[in-house]
Amino acid sequence: MILEAKDISFRYGKDTQQILDHFSLQIESHERLGIIAPSGFGKTTFCKILAGYEKPDTGTVLLDGKPLESYKGYCPVQMIWQHPEQVVNPRLHMREILAEGDEIEERIIRGLGIEADWLNRYPAELSGGEMQRFCIARALGKRTRFILADEISTMLDLITQSQLWSFLVQEVKEREIGLLAVSHSMPLLKSVCTRLYDMQ
Amino acid sequence: MKKMNGRILTVVLFTAAVLFLAGITIAGQIYADEAMVTDFSRKNMPPCAEYIFGTDWMGRDMFIRTLTGLSMSIKIGLLTTGISSVIAFVLGTMAATMGKTVDAVITWLIDLVMGIPHMLLLILISYACGKGFQGVVIGVSLTHWTSLARVIRGEVLQLKEAPYIKVAQKLGMGKVRIAWKHMVPHLLPQFLVGLILLFPHAILHESSITFLGFGLSPEQPAIGIILSESMKYLAMGRWWLALFPGLLLVFTVVLFDVAGESLRKMLDPSSAHK
Repeated sequence: MILEAKDISFRYGKDTQQILDHFSLQIESHERLGIIAPSGFGKTTFCKILAGYEKPDTGTVLLDGKPLESYKGYCPVQMIWQHPEQVVNPRLHMREILAEGDEIEERIIRGLGIEADWLNRYPAELSGGEMQRFCIARALGKRTRFILADEISTMLDLITQSQLWSFLVQEVKEREIGLLAVSHSMPLLKSVCTRLYDMQ
Repeated sequence: MKKMNGRILTVVLFTAAVLFLAGITIAGQIYADEAMVTDFSRKNMPPCAEYIFGTDWMGRDMFIRTLTGLSMSIKIGLLTTGISSVIAFVLGTMAATMGKTVDAVITWLIDLVMGIPHMLLLILISYACGKGFQGVVIGVSLTHWTSLARVIRGEVLQLKEAPYIKVAQKLGMGKVRIAWKHMVPHLLPQFLVGLILLFPHAILHESSITFLGFGLSPEQPAIGIILSESMKYLAMGRWWLALFPGLLLVFTVVLFDVAGESLRKMLDPSSAHK
């Protein structure tokens, strides 16, 4: 499959800075694309547009030639957010949060080092890194075809980072899921990705 | 024995408050007829072992009269908070979900009702509806929904924009499931606590307009009636006629507050392990 951003322009409201200006990019299922740019260059915004959270002012996002909006129900392009605590409902148990995903396999849960005991906790009772594992697992549902990883390991220690990334890379390789990784860390992107793109 | 933890203590408090209030309501119901009994052989007795709240100028047992009055107040309180909170929920959700025009109209309505002094509006509505039980219920219901409606509106607006709800949409969850799974767990505690905290307001306002003579009719044993009648006898030194019913009213209101507060604590996950 091919995920394609065509001629995307975007800004938040009138009279604000133009964040993306006629920007185009392509990524294929077997690829792992790393995007690098300084803060404020619209990396997160671009991910949100690609995953369908924001509508671009001009241009379209195409998945296999069809507009992304035409895929109803489960969106094949899933984004993993930088701040896991914002994307989990504080009033649900982790078990229910995981159940929101598309039939998450036991293998994924174990591979990410999620302990059985965590499933019965509320988000507030987990650390950021523990919560992020749930968010990664939730995004790796059966129908996911592309993963957008927006600075998913920025707040983690190095051991956890390498653990999560090695699992994620292996998983997307096996299942032929396209990966787009955003990070400030050049060494990380170099070791994870097959292709790099500098937005600057 | 192990020391009670905060959560168990909260549950005990809540149960005790609810049991006590239910007790008053039922007792008042059972003794409703006795509250009307006059006996001039025992009039104007100060509190004693037999009549712990004393008796009034017609020889009526003030303890039973107070119980009946309070049970009446609690019944009115239940009814009015029920109606108010339904109005609040419907208008609050409508304002948050049905677009800008609806939101503007409802917000304007909330401001309008909040802008008029509570008592004034209450008296007007109650008087227009023919006073008595019906007037009080309609009056209190139509004036007490505003703050809860605001809370619900704000909460729904915030939930609509919450990232985890947007994620749920992308994960293919339908609208009904999102409302049920993600919105109800947030709204229900707010709603229940708001509802219970409306209670003391409703009861106090019911007694106030009855006290002022725009509420329940004088033959009904209501706290407002008891208090306004006993005003006349205060100067004669019959302090017990006002003191005990007044104290019990305050106590009831405080109990509702305790019940609401402890319910909030029980439903809040951040205090789950205290």
